[in-house]
Amino acid sequence: MSLKGKAAAIGIGELKPVKEPGDLTALGLMARVAAEAIADAGLEKKDIDGFLVGVPFSDPGMIYPASAAEVLGLNVRMLNQVDIGGASPAGMIWRAAAAIDAGMCNAVLCVVADLNKSGDQRPPVISVQREFEAPYGNIGANCGYAMIAHRHMYEYGTTARQMAKVAVDQRANALKNPLATFNDKALTIDDVLNSRMIVDPLHLYEIVSPVSGGAAIIVASPEVAKRAKNPPVWLIGAGEYANHSTITYAPSLTESPVKPAAEAAFKMSGLQPKDMNLVCPYDCYTITVIVTLEDAGFCKKGQGGPFVAEHDLTYAGDLPCNTHGGQLSFGQPGLAGGMSHVTEGIRQLMGRGGERQVKNAALAYVNGNGGIMSEQASLILERRS
Amino acid sequence: MSEYFKPLPKPTPTSRPFWEAAKRHELTIQRCGACKSFVYYPRDRCPKCFSDQLSWQRVSGRGKLYSYTVVRRASARSFADGPYVLGIVELDEGPRMTTNIVAAPEKVRVEMPVEVYFDDVTPDRTLVKFKPA
Ligand SMILES: [Zn+2]
Repeated sequence: MSLKGKAAAIGIGELKPVKEPGDLTALGLMARVAAEAIADAGLEKKDIDGFLVGVPFSDPGMIYPASAAEVLGLNVRMLNQVDIGGASPAGMIWRAAAAIDAGMCNAVLCVVADLNKSGDQRPPVISVQREFEAPYGNIGANCGYAMIAHRHMYEYGTTARQMAKVAVDQRANALKNPLATFNDKALTIDDVLNSRMIVDPLHLYEIVSPVSGGAAIIVASPEVAKRAKNPPVWLIGAGEYANHSTITYAPSLTESPVKPAAEAAFKMSGLQPKDMNLVCPYDCYTITVIVTLEDAGFCKKGQGGPFVAEHDLTYAGDLPCNTHGGQLSFGQPGLAGGMSHVTEGIRQLMGRGGERQVKNAALAYVNGNGGIMSEQASLILERRS
Repeated sequence: MSEYFKPLPKPTPTSRPFWEAAKRHELTIQRCGACKSFVYYPRDRCPKCFSDQLSWQRVSGRGKLYSYTVVRRASARSFADGPYVLGIVELDEGPRMTTNIVAAPEKVRVEMPVEVYFDDVTPDRTLVKFKPA
């Protein structure tokens, strides 16, 4: 059993995020990106018979998928909510492929959207986190990633300049992405290190900015993919893993569940990291990219710092990484932040990267990351010539 | 005493002995009778071997700082009253705990030895923090 080549991404829809949500609603954004993705695929709404949705933080609710499907006017043979944090969009892709491969449906709409209701970060809703984390101020994601970064620096000598390089190269990519939130000014390593320290050792420009937006992807069976407008981007490898929620109780701060997720994905594909033409690792923070590249096997454990310093991560470089700018420059519209890595992988393989197109891009590694290096969903995507 | 406005733990039947011990300024955590692991936070079954043979045991209160951060800008308003040190302490007995390090931020280092410090934040509730040993 394998999902290799059983389904393909054939259409995407993605909005340029906005900082202030204004009159937007999450369901309204979902409708916009869903319509865009269906049209992009060359399908009609009636062709959609599967539905995977992420629940927006700004408009939460139980029994969400049927409600959202009703708003969109969908009649579907498979529907579900995917709730694995920032890994949800990547997780949706293989779940859609699995449902298609099982014969349950033929064309799955995967959609996420959210509004940035800026303000107080509420204490966690999970009871054990309310009890053992919130009283000490372990609220929100910043603290956990800062502690990962400190430990990585301690164990491997990773430097602040190496971490900052990730934000700098990704910004260079964002300058060529009209959809990115921060695409008007290049960054230098000193700019990053001179930005305000938020949680030692992470500076402001190493941390995602919440924005409002949405994105959608159509995953289809080989039969449907044949009549798609775009060149199909095939899922040829997938892996998922989680071993903790709160980072305190993870086996390690520096070796993450990316490792088993990526190993499974590469094994299914029969390929190796060196075969990839570009990578789209989830980037909520600079350190996330470093740990992900190590654990996915692009460099040795502990060498992620020197690795990002020595390689050119821009679209024209030797390891194009988050060519859309990453969330650090694209912005994080809730779960649509994590979908931006998937849409960018698809866009590049379809040859629609515009000014930031990676030459001869045929293979991409995409990783979704939830919580504090908790849920991991790795994908290998391929464009067949 | 000024009003305390940060989140407070609400003990459950599973965790009540932990918080009651903290109020007596004792650090007690669970230990598994089957695989002998120490367990934190409190569980109904051992997360390693899934045995239900968990009992409470007083531990040394000593450990080292696995990692930390100085939160200069808190995500939650209730913690916006100044920088604080959030840390993960690895107890000598093995388990890791989320906690605060009661020390000047510039004195805090990864792997520094620490010892437990009981902070009676309200008349009813004591938080388990650590300080440099
Ligand atoms: Zn046990």
